[in-house]
Formats: sequence, structure tokens, C-alpha cells
Amino acid sequence: MRYQIAAATVALAAIGLVAVNAPTAQTSSTSSQSLRVVQEFDSIADETQRSVALFGEMAKVITHPRCMNCHPRDDTPRQGMAMVKHVPPVVRYDESGFGAPGMRCTTCHGATNVALVGVGGIQSIPGHEPWHLAPKSMGWIGLTVPEICAQLKDPGRNGDRTLADIHEHMAEDGLVGWGWEPGEGREPAPGTQAGFGELTQAWIDTGAHCPE
Amino acid sequence: MTIHSNRRAFLKGTGAGLVIGVMLPAMAKAQQKSGAMAALATDEIVEGTFAPNAFVRVAPDDTVTVLIKHVEFGQGTYTGLSTLVAEEMDADWGQMRATSAPADVTLYANTAFGIQGTGGSTAMPNSYMQMRKAGAAARAMLVSAAADRFDVPAQEITVSNGVVSHEASGQSARFGELAEAASQIEPPVDPQVKDAKDFALVGTDVPKVDSRAKSDGTAQFTLDVYRDDMLTAMVVHPPKFGATLASHDATDALKIPGVVKVEAVSQGVAVYGENTFAALKGRAAIKAEWDESGAETRSTEQMMADWAEAAEGDGKEVTNKGDAKAALAEAATTHEVTLEFPFLAHTPMEPLDAVVEIRDDEAEIWMGCQMQTMDHGAFAKVLGMPQDKVTLNTMLAGGSFGRRATGDSHFAVEAAEVAKARGKGATKLLWTREDDIRGGYYRPLTVHKMKGGLDADGAITAWDHTIATQSIMAGTPFEMMMKDGLDPTAYEGAQELPYAVPNHRLGWAQMESPVSVLWWRSVGHTHTAYAVETFIDELLAKGGKDAVEGRLALMGEEQAREAAVLKRVADMAGWSGQKGFGLAVAKSFNSYVAEIAEVEDRDGEPHIVNVWCAVDCGVAVNPNVIRAQMEGGIGYGAGAALYDAITLGEGGSVQQANWDSYRMLRIGEMPNIEVSIIESEADPTGVGEPGTPPIAPAVANAWRTLTGERMATLPMVPIAQV
Amino acid sequence: MAITFTVNGEERRVDVDPDTPLLWVLRDELRLTGTKFGCGIAQCGACTVHLDGTTRRSCVTPVSMVEGAEVTTIEGLQSPEARAVQDAWVGIDVPQCGYCHSGQVMSATALLEGNPSPSDQDIDEAMAGNICRCATYHRIRQAIHTAAKTLEG
Repeated sequence: MRYQIAAATVALAAIGLVAVNAPTAQTSSTSSQSLRVVQEFDSIADETQRSVALFGEMAKVITHPRCMNCHPRDDTPRQGMAMVKHVPPVVRYDESGFGAPGMRCTTCHGATNVALVGVGGIQSIPGHEPWHLAPKSMGWIGLTVPEICAQLKDPGRNGDRTLADIHEHMAEDGLVGWGWEPGEGREPAPGTQAGFGELTQAWIDTGAHCPE
Repeated sequence: MTIHSNRRAFLKGTGAGLVIGVMLPAMAKAQQKSGAMAALATDEIVEGTFAPNAFVRVAPDDTVTVLIKHVEFGQGTYTGLSTLVAEEMDADWGQMRATSAPADVTLYANTAFGIQGTGGSTAMPNSYMQMRKAGAAARAMLVSAAADRFDVPAQEITVSNGVVSHEASGQSARFGELAEAASQIEPPVDPQVKDAKDFALVGTDVPKVDSRAKSDGTAQFTLDVYRDDMLTAMVVHPPKFGATLASHDATDALKIPGVVKVEAVSQGVAVYGENTFAALKGRAAIKAEWDESGAETRSTEQMMADWAEAAEGDGKEVTNKGDAKAALAEAATTHEVTLEFPFLAHTPMEPLDAVVEIRDDEAEIWMGCQMQTMDHGAFAKVLGMPQDKVTLNTMLAGGSFGRRATGDSHFAVEAAEVAKARGKGATKLLWTREDDIRGGYYRPLTVHKMKGGLDADGAITAWDHTIATQSIMAGTPFEMMMKDGLDPTAYEGAQELPYAVPNHRLGWAQMESPVSVLWWRSVGHTHTAYAVETFIDELLAKGGKDAVEGRLALMGEEQAREAAVLKRVADMAGWSGQKGFGLAVAKSFNSYVAEIAEVEDRDGEPHIVNVWCAVDCGVAVNPNVIRAQMEGGIGYGAGAALYDAITLGEGGSVQQANWDSYRMLRIGEMPNIEVSIIESEADPTGVGEPGTPPIAPAVANAWRTLTGERMATLPMVPIAQV
Repeated sequence: MAITFTVNGEERRVDVDPDTPLLWVLRDELRLTGTKFGCGIAQCGACTVHLDGTTRRSCVTPVSMVEGAEVTTIEGLQSPEARAVQDAWVGIDVPQCGYCHSGQVMSATALLEGNPSPSDQDIDEAMAGNICRCATYHRIRQAIHTAAKTLEG
């Protein structure tokens, strides 16, 4: 048998986060990683270094498959911890990222997660209103952490968002929040959305510096 | 809702062989929304219907219904067999209707098997003369009745488009008008069938009888049968092959609203719900303990290693021509390959299902039944009823690909046990997709070891081949078809090569496992065609020969039909040995198919762009159906070769659960396909399976020319880690 | 729990477990059997219906989700696009076993309702969620093109 090399390992290695033991089991309801709180970075005296370190912590969330899977740079969402191409092969279709006529994201994904009963494989179908891909310009898969950081700050690629808008997206957006409530059988993103929001704010407050 | 309530009366015979009755079918509403199109029959009874034999019914409303003894699961047998009857009757295609014959081996045996059943691509071949004679008999009786009515000699009567005419006197009558009178005519003993040159419908693309009903949701499958007070049952099956139920706790399941009953059966634990969802929830709440002492605990990797080791030996002798080992030793060049084929599930669209209704002293069953005689017997035995008290209605089946033809009738047994444990009333047993994928009856895991030798001129001198695989037939009623301990389904297609190789040895290493195995569309050819056709391709390449010319040079007069399809397909594809083009030819089920695949490398995975296919299946009764079967056979074979494996993990549990982990070919992966049918007057041969064997080796050969990489392990695309 | 929604233009009220997938409500309660069960996890599309005008896999749609919504099944298809699709299906005998084709027709209809002249790629994208084990894909593509041409008039 030939098995696929876990795509997650490749992807995470590619972005500089070496997660060689990327978990493939999808049964845990807690994240395989914890998320540090802002205060844990207080000991870094240099503000720029602190900012960079805070982004490094944020990247644990950003590069988690729960977030990355819907931030592809191509037209195909990914799924699972191994970040394999979504099956069935739904596509972005247009910039709105809601899928093609006849096969929308909403053809399968509803307003809430739906637990499946009495089956042996997938335990739930994830859902949220709305449910769609991030725009292509905000695609992350295959980018390094510094590249993601630069993209996040670039109004030409981030949907013309200010840093305050980015904080709001990270801290308040419901679809982002789904990453911590992903439904049965799916590992949530590390920490909490509130903690992630605080890290984002602290990163902004320290000058929003990017790692190199 | 009652479905087919009159079916028994409709179909029941009164005599042995010929059924001429008073209570007979008719299709009063048969015109339906499709207008004057051939269609599926309804089951209404109209008096005065003419029933010349077990297969043909002519109703006063002019509809002609053909009783089809084979299950219709997509291969087009309803249309094909109806065409033969219409042809011989000189009926109008629009007046034709088709429906399933009842389970009755005395009337409806497959003449290739001796029992009623469908398989081995035999529906058309075994029915060809039978259905033509049935139609010819009906025509002769209608003509006799008309001769009486018109008071003219029968020889002066002509029949065309369902109208019986006497030109000289200007008299005519439609079939329906003659139905009652024709019922009084003695059936001819040996009715004369047409000369092939006079065929009007055979050889044309008559529209299929079931396309409309299958496009508007009205076609009725087993899943669609609902009976009053019916319960839906699901069974908790063992987690490993060979495990048995030790104990279970139904406490939680029985608390779920709608769950009415839980019973242990020999296959596991049956949960009965007032509706499907209750059964699903109830089943999920069962706690079961299993005895795994007799279970398969090896992983696929371990099994592959065991099989590969066995394939290093010679196995039981199947073919021994010349002296392959000596020739190998003397060869100028040798070539060796080990090919690994995984277990494959059939996964027909409609999961296995059946409805069993137990009444006071009889039972009625609805099922997309493929082996009626065996399943009928199994139902009767488990239910403890004489077979004539058990009515088995064969429903349209949502695909099979071999899955519904089991020697042990395991699904019939399970359905009967589950129904019996419930008692009087109707019970629908439904397998979910997970039951299907994890439920065994797989295409056997197989390893081929092949050694070839070439002389200094590049001519093939030796072919030494061992196949390690489980027997499909051993331990089942089909074992009687084995001779000298050999199961031909293990090696068919590799036993005799279509190529002149002076020294050829084939052996079979019979492997054992509690994993149940079964025929999977084209059976042994699923792996033997791959082995033979990729190996010959590589040997020819080693000898510096073109894949087409090299094959043709090794074919003799006996391979004229193989050579013809090969030449035809090479012409169609404009073959010049292009990179990315690969071909294969295989004879299976007495049909000859050659295919050329054009393959691209897409991110390291093969993508099949085009397939050209030439087929020789004798008389092409319905070319459109034949093309459809080739297209479907190619898609089915390609999907499995590219993407599919059922694997057992450490401890022996199946790692796939549903179509998320057992990947299906989807529309974007379907190649364009062009099919050409060789003109022939030979009796028709099978088309349901023969399209499948050549596609995988054609793709592998194309990939090798494109990338230099041999596909020695299937599937071609690595399966996702599970 | 009672749930009211519109099916094929008719208001229907069902009293079922609110988690029951719409698929089983349509089939077991309303006896609309054209919508099929294939996988139960939104992989195959055999259970496709139209929900408020777009395709929806009824096997992963709790019936509570369709309270007040409009559902169309194969039995209720009436649009010109639907008729063109079904006629094209019959015209080249697309179905083999036929079990998946209610779902295929639902998806193809939604495609043409949203995109009257689809390319091969558009068709592949729209139909990617509908599995056909008989592999009638080749003809599905052809029939959708035919239907689109018919609608052009």
C-alpha cells in the first residue's frame, strides 16, 4: 500500500512551523496545541520582538487546519487535519467563494454543525451562516508565517482592512469563531477566540511586526 | 401504499412452461406520461389478455409486456430482451412494456446456469433464442387468430408495427383486438424465428424502456417499497471478519422513541424502528461485545506480504505449456514483476435492502434480487415455509456489479432472520453505506508474480506466472463449478494467452482468510487482464516492439477477433505509439474488447483524457446499450484502478467507512469515450462486464510511456491516510 | 415536534424528531420516494433536493432546519430547465441503474437555472457532488449541453 504523506506535515513545515507529528486522528475535541495568553509575552522587553513573538503565537491558530482549510490560494477547500482536498470536490467558482451553481457550499453546509447519527466515519457536517471560502488574495496554504503576516497587513490583499478591522475579524467574526466550535469529530483551533483576539490586539498594540 | 399488490396474480403461471390463463396482466395505464413510448409496465389486471408463454403478455389495450427473468440493474436487459420479443412479433416499439418475472426456476432459469439468476454477462446470450422464440410464438398465434377472423389463409397475412393485416381483403387488426382470440390458439411447438437480415429493431438504438421513469423519480426500487405497519431494521454487524456476537445491551437503544424492538440474529443485533431514523439512532445506541477468536486479525500489509510470499512459489498447476522455467534460464533477457491488487468493494448506489412481509402462512419479499433461485430457497428455509408460499418480487436494483449475487445468499438470510424475529408484518432491512463498505464480499486481494524471458532477438520465449488469491467459489454452492480443486475465477484471463508464447506456466496459490470475497464486475479479469496486458506491454517494449504491431504479430488465426478489435481501436485513436497513450485487449465473457487510453500527468496523478474502445460482442442487439455498457465499464474500472482499496488496519478492522474514504470516480475524472462495435452475425455475447478489464492496464501502459514508472501496486493514486 | 414546511408547493406538517434528516421525512413520512439514500454523509448527492431554490443534500439536513422553507423534490420539478434536463436525459438514455438520477437531475436543473449555457468545466463543477456508480457521467455532460441548447430555443 502506498499512503499519502500527511499533507499537514508538508504544509506546516512549509510555513516554518515544524509539526512533524501532525495528528491525523480526528476524534479529539480539544486542540493538540495550547494557546498562550498575552501576559506570557510580557517578559520580552523589546516591543518589536514581543510583537513578532505574539504573531508567532497567533500563527498557531492561523495555521491550524480549522482555519487554513478555507484559506486556500487555489479554488479548492481542504479538509481534515491532513488538509486533503475537499471531497466532494467543490470549488470556489467566483470571488464570493460560495461554490458553483448546482453545487454551493450550502448544498451540504447549513447554518450549524450537524451531528451524524449511526455512521462509522465522519461524525458531523460542519456549518455556519455564512459558510464560504476566504477570498483568494487572503489564501494562506503554502505561505510561510512571515508571508501570511505581510499579507494580513496589506490592504491590497486583506480586503482593504485596517488593523482594527483585522482585530474585529479575528476576535468577533462568527465563521472565524467556528474554528473553536467545529463539531463532533473535529479538533478545534488552539485556545479560544477571545484569547486569539487578545493576542491580535496585543500584536497590533506592539506595532504589528512580522517575523522574518 | 401497496406496490405490486396484483403481481402474483399477474405473473402466476397455470401450466408448465406455457402460461395461458384468465387472470392475467395488463397495462391499462401503460401509456403513462411517456405517450407511445416503450416503458416500464404497471401491474394492473385486465381480462382478455393473451399470454402465449411465460414471457409475453398482450393486453386488449395493445400493450405487449415482456416478463424479464433477469434483474435490471442498469445493464439494459429490460430493453434488450423486450427488443427481441418485439422484433419477432413485428410489434411497434412504442407498445412494448417490461417488468420482472417472478422467481420461478421452472420457467425462468438462466440457461447458462440452470437456476434463475443473472451474472457472467449472460443475460442476452442465454436469452437470445428463448426470447426470440417467445416472440415468434406469440406472433404465430396472433396470425392464426387473425386468419380465423379474416377467414383467409395464414400464409397471406402480414404483421407490421403491431398490426396484423391481410392485404388482398383489406382487413386488419391490432394485437390487442386479437388478444382474446389468440388465447384459444394452440402454441406452436417450434416457432420459426426471423433471419437476421430481416431484423428491423435488432441492431437499432431503440429507446430504453426505463429511461423516463429513471429520470423523473418514479422508478421503484426496493428502498421505495413501503407496506402498512412496516418496521425498518438495521443490524449491528461484527467489527471484524469472522467475529461473532458474544453479548449485547439494548437498554439505551430501547429508550429511543420509535425504537420498538431489538433482537439478536446470527449476523449481529437487529434494531427495529418505526422509521429509518429511529432504527439508525437505535443501532448507534447498542452496546455489543464480540468474540473475535475466529476473526481475521491481519492487516492488509500483513496479508499482502503473506500473499506475495505464496506467489513466489508455483501454486497449483493451471497451465503448463512447454517448459517455462527452462526457457527462463536460457533467456537472453528476463523481466520480473510483482503486482499487488487490493480488496475492492462494489458499492452499488442502492445499498443492500429487502422488504419481507410475513402473513399467516405465506410471505412476500421485495428485493433487487440477482440470484432468485438461491435467494428464494434461502428465504423459504429461514422462514420455515414451503417455497411456493414465499413470493419473491425482483425489484429494479440500484446497481450491483456482482454484489447482489452471493453464493451464500447472506443478505437474504439476514433479511429473513430479521423479519422472522419480528414476526408477522412487514420489515425492511436496510444496510447503510458503512455496512456496505465494511461488510466484505470484496474483490479478492491478489498478488501476481510474473517472470518473462526474451531471446536475443527480443522474441518472448518464457512466461512464468503465479497468482495468489482467495477462491470466490470454494465453500459456496458455486463450488460445484470448480474442477480438480481449481477455481477458474481466480485466474480466468491468464490461463490462455492470446499471444504465441512457447513456454507458459500459470499456477494458483489458494489463499485463505475469513474475509468474504465475491465477483466484482468482470471477476478474475479485474486483475488478470491488468497482469497480462501490462506484462506483455513491458516485454514488447523490452524487445523493442510496438505495442500494437507486437501484439498482432503474436496473434494467430484463433485470435482473429482479438486482432480485429485491436486494429479497430488503433485506427480510432490514431495509434503511433505516442507517449501518454496505452492500450490493452481482453477477451472476457466471450466478448472481445480493446481500449486505448490517453493519460495526462496532473500533479503526479494520472488523469484519463480520452478512451477509445472497440468491442466485438456478436450481433449488436442494441448498439446504444452496448456503448453505454462500455462507457460504464470503463468508468467503473478506471475509478477503482485509480483510487480504490479496502484496507484492514492493525487488528483487522476495515479502515474505510463511506465514500469519503473510499473514493469514487466523479464526473470531472471521467474521460471522453468513443466506442466502436464490430459488425458481426455471431450470436450475441456479454457486454455488462467486458468493458472493464482493459481500462486499468491501458491506463497503466499509458502512464509507463509517459513517466517511465510502472504501476505495480493498485490503486494508482495513493489512498488517503486513514 | 411539529414542523411545517412547503414541499412541492404544498404546505406539509410533520410531527417527528427534529433531528430527523429531511431525506427520511420525505421518504418515510411523506412517501416521496424519488429522493434516494446513498451515503448519509453528503458524499453522493442521491438525496439532492432544492431548498429555497438551490441544491441541498437532504441526508444532512435536519428537518428542523427547513421549518417554513420551500422544498422541491424530483416529484415537484416543473421549471422549463427541469423539463429540458429530463427530456435530454431520456433522449440519449442517460440512466443505467437509475438510482442516482433523481439527484443528478436536481443538480443539473439547478445548474441550468443558475447558468443557462454551462461549459464542460461548469458542468463538472456543478455535478462534482453527484456520484454515479454506473459512470454515466459522459452522457450526463452531453445531456446537460443538449438541455441548454433546447432552452436557448
